[in-house]
Amino acid sequence: MEIVTLGGKQIEIDEDGFIQDPDAWDEAVARDLAKTEGIEEMTEDHWKVVNYLRQYYLEYNMAPMIRKLCKQTGFSLKEIYDLFPSGPAKGACKVAGLPKPTGCV
Amino acid sequence: MSKFDEASHYRQEDLLKIDWRPPKTPWMKTPVDFRPGTYIYPGKAKNLKVLDLPNPRDWSVEDQDWKLPEDWKKRVLDGMADRLSKYRSFKVFMDTCVRCGACADKCHFFLGSGDPKNMPVLRAELLRAVYRKDFTALGKIFGELAGARELTTDVIKEWFYYFYQCTECRRCSVFCPYGIDTAEITMMGRELLGLLGIYVNWVIEPVANCYRFGNHLAIQPHGFVDTLEFMADDIEDVTGIRVDIPINRKGAEILFVTPSGDLVADPGIYTCMGYLLLFHELGLDYTWSTYASDGGNFGLFTSAEAMKRLNAKIYAEAKRLKVKWILGGECGHMWRVIHQYMDTLNGPADFLEVPRSPITGTVFKHARSTKMIHLMEFVADLIRHNKLKLDKSRNDHLRVTFHDSCNPSRAMGIFEEPRYVIRSVCNHFYEMPDNTIREQTFCCGGGAGLGTDENMEMRLRGGLPRGSALRHVQEKYGVNMMAAMCAIDRATLVTVADYWAPGVKITGITELVANAMVFTGEKRRTRNLRGEPIPGMELEESETTTVEQGAAIHG
Repeated sequence: MEIVTLGGKQIEIDEDGFIQDPDAWDEAVARDLAKTEGIEEMTEDHWKVVNYLRQYYLEYNMAPMIRKLCKQTGFSLKEIYDLFPSGPAKGACKVAGLPKPTGCV
Repeated sequence: MSKFDEASHYRQEDLLKIDWRPPKTPWMKTPVDFRPGTYIYPGKAKNLKVLDLPNPRDWSVEDQDWKLPEDWKKRVLDGMADRLSKYRSFKVFMDTCVRCGACADKCHFFLGSGDPKNMPVLRAELLRAVYRKDFTALGKIFGELAGARELTTDVIKEWFYYFYQCTECRRCSVFCPYGIDTAEITMMGRELLGLLGIYVNWVIEPVANCYRFGNHLAIQPHGFVDTLEFMADDIEDVTGIRVDIPINRKGAEILFVTPSGDLVADPGIYTCMGYLLLFHELGLDYTWSTYASDGGNFGLFTSAEAMKRLNAKIYAEAKRLKVKWILGGECGHMWRVIHQYMDTLNGPADFLEVPRSPITGTVFKHARSTKMIHLMEFVADLIRHNKLKLDKSRNDHLRVTFHDSCNPSRAMGIFEEPRYVIRSVCNHFYEMPDNTIREQTFCCGGGAGLGTDENMEMRLRGGLPRGSALRHVQEKYGVNMMAAMCAIDRATLVTVADYWAPGVKITGITELVANAMVFTGEKRRTRNLRGEPIPGMELEESETTTVEQGAAIHG
């Protein structure tokens, strides 16, 4: 666990780079998190995925299943990997400020 | 630019250069090498606080100082004394080993890594040496000559590394002439570490989640409902059938409990869709629960106390909902807890009835104590009584093998039912070699809380024996699907198969069943539950046009 500067704020992240306090998230934080994932520019498509994840998380306190993410955003899994090279869980969820999923997953 | 937590980071030829010769230094003088990819991140303070566990703090495995409590040594030795007096098995296992070596080459982690401390005998020796030093006269007097070892912080670090390089699969125990249960030795090791606040986060966060939300993933009731309803939409899309989803329904006959991984993780979700379809078709009087919303119990990988706290919810919920008995889904370690610990943890479940199938009338007398049966027992009985309408040819594009999950096989002894069910719904079934199945099955490499990506190198190494057996049937019979009835398997074997036997996919058994089942009022089945076209069942071109027009009308 370390404190880093994201979006101009001091934010605690875990070993995988996930932010620890979901409330600390904003769009500037997301842009900096994206850079840690090798995404220099957040495009409209990136935001579409991130905003959907964020909105789902705020409503349900969990990440949606990947199948639902694809269906709701209209992107195939491959397209999501093209946008977020680490994939939906380790890439897109991280940028959206969600916690890392644990358990039988 | 792959990292150590990605499988693509590791080249097969490197992992296969395994040197089984022990290092030149004696084992007590060979320190642990905490190499990224081979250890798991520590439990976060916030999770320890939720569970009221000792010494919550944030720390790193590679730090010199693990921030142990001042009296750490006393805590461990007192904890050991306490457990030696409480658990007769622990005392027997500490005293009994004759170093015959039968277990040595049975561990998937030893086979895949060559590290001698992954030989079960030496893993146990990590505890035994300390036991000898402080609890036996011989060790007190003769010290190292009698194989005794002083407890130091380096020993604690070694325990951490190797007790989290054991998946508690118990394959070694099958070969031990004394029946030493090495999983219980690992469990004791982990409990003692826990007294110092040493856990891994991949285990303790699910436990903390489960303690508050009833499941490892912290799914709350409305998320639970949303997830199942989304599945119902997908099911309707493929089969034309709208399934009922009974949730928290008081007075239902049966409470259904399955691992929470089935609700979110691919490919477990398709097995979950299979559950919904099967129960709907049977008209089963059952209910899901948003409280007993996980069959998985990562408490088993933590401590007896944590296991008890998590298992209690299933029976508390059965009591609250006034069901008659409990049906358990395709979970792995849940069955170790239910079959081998439940009675003394939370039993007796005397407020429930002995499970009786409402469809066939079969009474499952062997479950007269726990009142809980496995879905495959239930389904095998249905098929045996010809109660399911099946079209096996829908699975004809699959050449299937079956991975016996460690706990259902070795802790429960369920070998025939899953095979009977698979053979009843698939025409092409092939066994992996004899010494890799049934009670001799090889672990997925990610059980007991080891299935996290930062542990990727060890997962791939531990998955080598299973992966090799799978590769064998892939090459020999063209196997392209491996079934497993455990959610950890369905999550971790995807990685193992992609790496060691690329091209083989993973499935639960109920997914295969539901794909073969002919449902009352179903539409023509052209796609499976994954939404993929079923080879040989595609629509003709003229039919496609009609369907597409129909789809446009609906929306």
